[in-house]
Amino acid sequence: MTALRFGIGLAIVFAASYAFAQGMADKGGADKRRSGYRDMGEALQKMQDDDTANPGMLFVQLGSQSWAKAAGAAGKSCADCHGAAATSMKGVAARYPAFPKGADTAVDLEGRINLCRTANQQAEKLPPESRELLALAAYVARQSRGMPIAPPADPRLAPLRAQGAAIWAVRQGQLNLSCVICHDDNAGKKLAGVTIPQAHPTGYPIYRLEWQTLGSLKRRLRNCLVGIRAEAYAYDAPEYVMLGLFLMDRAKGMIVESPGVRP
Amino acid sequence: MADVLVNAPKTAKRGAVVEIKALILHPMETGFRPGPNGRIIPRNIIERFTATWNDAEIFSMDMSPAISANPFVSFFAVAAESGVVRLRWTGDEGFVVEEQVAIAVE
Repeated sequence: MTALRFGIGLAIVFAASYAFAQGMADKGGADKRRSGYRDMGEALQKMQDDDTANPGMLFVQLGSQSWAKAAGAAGKSCADCHGAAATSMKGVAARYPAFPKGADTAVDLEGRINLCRTANQQAEKLPPESRELLALAAYVARQSRGMPIAPPADPRLAPLRAQGAAIWAVRQGQLNLSCVICHDDNAGKKLAGVTIPQAHPTGYPIYRLEWQTLGSLKRRLRNCLVGIRAEAYAYDAPEYVMLGLFLMDRAKGMIVESPGVRP
Repeated sequence: MADVLVNAPKTAKRGAVVEIKALILHPMETGFRPGPNGRIIPRNIIERFTATWNDAEIFSMDMSPAISANPFVSFFAVAAESGVVRLRWTGDEGFVVEEQVAIAVE
């Protein structure tokens, strides 16, 4: 009797673990996308997860100060219009680049901040990769942490996204490489001892240890372009927004980690 | 402009070992790199970091040009009595930043 009971118990345990394993396999099989986070060492993952060890949080703190500080001829701060960022900016970084209301071009998050500066605050544009712009972007992006990337279903974005996909696929530079060759066809393999990431923009702006500072997706893209010995597009070129649109769509549903830490 | 993130427990049991972590925004310019004009960028680093618990020193370190930007320091102390932990960074170009956290020992 006991033996029988034991046998049935064992069978149930096996069945349950088999079902569990199947579930895991299905999950892994359906979505092979990996955030760069999963390819980092344990120490770096801990660094990103701990808000008091993540250097990106220093910039988030700076950004929260800028958020409340009046700027420009209008004498308005971000908070004067948008209120608390924790509610008004929630999910914003998860859907940009997008067409802001009334604009005729798509912009990325940094571009959106500068639009607000020139139109509403009547202030100077913040220079690309400047500390204040990155800090504000990090502060806004931080409010979307943990949310799935959700590109908007705006039909005006589709042609730009297609152009982004075309740039992604075209060979360029002296090394004659396309983004696809590394980040789609050979992702997960090694390049000079480093795992090639799938290039999902989940944590931007990122604190990259190599840079010893925070940087935007634009800087990362320029970095790759220089790496394949191509000429990087100008800082205000629309190509970065197109690539951003394509990459965000490619990473649709993945979780925002901003501010991320990367080697 | 300096910005600091400090992580220390608000309360601790008497005699317990507590970890205090501190992160500071600083370029830690080595003084060995040429700038865009070819001239050496002058050294600008944090030279010394000290921590005191009720004005008694519990930890200090000298920093060197080889330490990365935005240095992160973590150290341990024995919680003997309630009080204030003062952290102080001093460095080149008259850099002085102080930050304090209160720890209640029960």
